Amino acid sequence: MSAENTVDTVPVIKPEEKQPKKSFKMNVNTKSKIVTTSKTVVMTLFRWIVLIGVAYVIIGPVLGIISRSFFSDSDSSNSLVYMIPQNPTTERYEVASRTLSYMSTMLKSVGYAVSLMLIQVLMCSMAGYGFARFDFPLKKLLFAFVVLMIVLPTHTIMLPLYMTFSNFDIFGIITAIHGEPLNLMATPIPVYILTALACGLRSGLYIYIFNQFFRGLPKEIEEAAFVDGAGTWYTYFRIMLRNAMPAAITVAIFSLVWQYNDTFYARLFHVSDKMLISMRITGLQATIANVYRINSPKILELYMDAGIVLLMLPIVLIYVVLQKQFIEGVERSGIVG
Amino acid sequence: MKKKKKLTLIQKRAITGFLFILPWLIGFLWFYAKSIIMTTQFSLSELTVKPGGGYTLKFVGLENFRFAFRGHGTFKQILTTSVGDMLIDVPLITFFSLFMALLLNKKFKGRTLIRAIFFLPVILNSEAIRSAMEMSRSLLAGGVASASAELVEAAGSGGVSVEYYIQMFTNLGLPMGLIEYIMGAVSRISEIINASGVQIIIFIAALQSIPGSMYEVAKIEGATGYETFWKVTFPMVMPHIITVVVYTVVDSFVDSQVVNLAYETAFDQKNYGLSSTFSLVSTVVTCAILLVVCRFIQKRTFYYN
Repeated sequence: MSAENTVDTVPVIKPEEKQPKKSFKMNVNTKSKIVTTSKTVVMTLFRWIVLIGVAYVIIGPVLGIISRSFFSDSDSSNSLVYMIPQNPTTERYEVASRTLSYMSTMLKSVGYAVSLMLIQVLMCSMAGYGFARFDFPLKKLLFAFVVLMIVLPTHTIMLPLYMTFSNFDIFGIITAIHGEPLNLMATPIPVYILTALACGLRSGLYIYIFNQFFRGLPKEIEEAAFVDGAGTWYTYFRIMLRNAMPAAITVAIFSLVWQYNDTFYARLFHVSDKMLISMRITGLQATIANVYRINSPKILELYMDAGIVLLMLPIVLIYVVLQKQFIEGVERSGIVG
Repeated sequence: MKKKKKLTLIQKRAITGFLFILPWLIGFLWFYAKSIIMTTQFSLSELTVKPGGGYTLKFVGLENFRFAFRGHGTFKQILTTSVGDMLIDVPLITFFSLFMALLLNKKFKGRTLIRAIFFLPVILNSEAIRSAMEMSRSLLAGGVASASAELVEAAGSGGVSVEYYIQMFTNLGLPMGLIEYIMGAVSRISEIINASGVQIIIFIAALQSIPGSMYEVAKIEGATGYETFWKVTFPMVMPHIITVVVYTVVDSFVDSQVVNLAYETAFDQKNYGLSSTFSLVSTVVTCAILLVVCRFIQKRTFYYN
């Protein structure tokens, strides 16, 4: 009997107890759901307003350049035409790319920038790693030199660099073999030497970036690698550099952009403008004016715009690919994220 | 073998570390140390270029420095304005770029496009394109870029009275200096945006290098978004704030009037001695600022180890 009673009472009580609980829970759930969804909606809205606003400020002048590069002669003289050309033409691009001999110069430029970028990432990450993880005498002073390297105005190093590379010699070795010091002007070799010694374009900044990223990595990873018998080089290449991938990509991107657009070293070392699109673009306007007998500055500017778009295009494409391929790859790969 | 055995572990580590920085050290001593010594030497002497090439130096002591600070008409003024601009811009750019990086770091549709757009200032500010753009500057004169520079006047004529808002904020008891600072920031918003491309990318990389497990822990412990930001994101980003500050200071310094003045003095007026003095003084001032700022931040910085 008692067993039957308990069996009866349990199902009777249970629904009574459960019912209010369930409805209460439902209420909280729906309420919090409404709150969270409205929160996310407001946040997304806010984010998009800010992003679009800022993006507009950035992209406004660029859109102007892009649209003007399609203007025909009549459009540029018609003051009613704004942004959207009436008689769009691709003639500006044809002329500009012919004058720049675009494909070959661009490929050479990108090759030059990419090769320098790889060297720079390697050398600067090494220096950054050395500063971040090892203790050696005079470390603080040497790191102050890195900062000094960033701060020093570039024009102060022009003269010494010029003198060094126009009479290039290493402790008299080259004079002994060659008879006289080498003149490395008008070749890209000085830039490669500088970059290989981590003293290239803005190398100080890259060393600094790497240093900060390596310092932020947990020491345990490194210790684990050592315990497992990995040597210093293996640890650095396979473990630390992998983990500092965001830093490496950031540096790679900066290095690529600045190297590709560099005119300082190119001018200083007289690197041939057949190789560097950044040097060609500065002479574009004058060349077109001479070759095609165009006198109106307004129309010449349209060619210049097309040239700027052509110059920017490969870099933007490389950036999009890099950040898609790598940065999202970093997010997926387990070690960091 | 015997020698190696005598080395302690600490010494071994020191040698390995030294090997890692060795290429840089060689480069630095070869190229930069030389230039620093030369600049110092020039600043202490009077340089005359020989007609056939080469130059002669005449030691004049601190004459150039004395002239820069006492005799030169504009140097002191330009130096102080450059430093002042720098000090105003750095916090604005740092916080703005951190804010934008936080917005860009979340996953949303069209992120690639938006990130590509935010990358544009880096390209647009690089040498070749900037000089090309300067050539066709007149095109931009009517563009959007110039519009925001005259925001204050434009807003006044567009029916929104800026004076009214300034009045309102002063009535609220906000200090006048703060209001002026914010107004100045708003009117230069396009400059700030264009100057923070690099910083945004550094911060995005910083945010991505934060281990995801930290956020998981924070979530399990029941931290709100606000708490997560201040207790996880911000401390982890802190080391990179130093990087960004260093970059911002240097970037605003590289384009500043002081450097232009030094450049003009050297290459237009051919007065290398005075130019070196200008470069040296401004470099020392910038280094001093960096030292103070970095010390200040470094004390509050948390490193993972």
